[in-house]
Amino acid sequence: MTLPRALDFLAVPERFMAVSTWLAPALGALAAALIVAGLWTGASAPPDYQQVDTVLIMFIHVPAAWLSMFGYICLAGASFLSLIFRHALADAAAKACAPLGAGFTALALATGSLWGRPMWGAWWVWDARLTSVLVLLLFYLGYIALRASIEDEGRAGRAAAILALVGAINLPIVHFSVNWWNTLHQGASVFRPGGPTLALVYLIPLLLMALGYMAAFGSLWLVRIRAELWRRRARVLSLQAAGR
Amino acid sequence: MTVLGLDLGKYAAFILPAYGLTAGFFVWIIAASLTASRRWRRVAERLQAEKDAADR
Repeated sequence: MTLPRALDFLAVPERFMAVSTWLAPALGALAAALIVAGLWTGASAPPDYQQVDTVLIMFIHVPAAWLSMFGYICLAGASFLSLIFRHALADAAAKACAPLGAGFTALALATGSLWGRPMWGAWWVWDARLTSVLVLLLFYLGYIALRASIEDEGRAGRAAAILALVGAINLPIVHFSVNWWNTLHQGASVFRPGGPTLALVYLIPLLLMALGYMAAFGSLWLVRIRAELWRRRARVLSLQAAGR
Repeated sequence: MTVLGLDLGKYAAFILPAYGLTAGFFVWIIAASLTASRRWRRVAERLQAEKDAADR
């Protein structure tokens, strides 16, 4: 099968390299500006009536949690393209995405724990949301470990892509866990039917931070795909040199 | 507790590590990504130059 025409610019590594040369730093600069704006507006928000100053943790915890899911959507999407279309760039994109997603997921769990201790009185509870996010982290780590454990890069990519697609089943569980089960974790307060329930004074910095995290993720993903493409190029050249 | 003119109240011991971890993560992931990209680019360019020299 061939890729749809809309994804043509991604089909040729040379074209991808040309686009990512300017797009990665542009997204990085955008991320820095958005995060500075988010921190600035967040710092001037008043303490919440229930959570007092710990509401400041929301501005870094919630975007990390969103990115943990968004990262997995990217990983599963790239794995799907790699598996179905046998697309080398998609495989490189999936490989480059996994450590980023794992990092944001670990960050979400760690900052959530630091938020949970003063609010719930516990660093960790085996609550449906927390447990499903831990499972998400284990899928990321499993993906990275599986790729690293198989020497043949083609086979490693295909096996890891299947694992990534299986793990996608966990995404709706993470999202709806707070609705399907009684959890200590609060329900959705931004992406919910009827609109956000968060006051604007918290919603604006949260969205600025989330967009900043998203831009940072995009920039770092492009940089890491470029690194992977350079590594593959170096590998081909060293094999050619060995054969001379 | 006041940090950079911001009063973090009695929960500073939880807020500061959360922000510290986040900053540390970003510094590490940016440095690791850029270092890997530059390293592999240098290796690929060196090998390409060696190949071009051998082909001449």
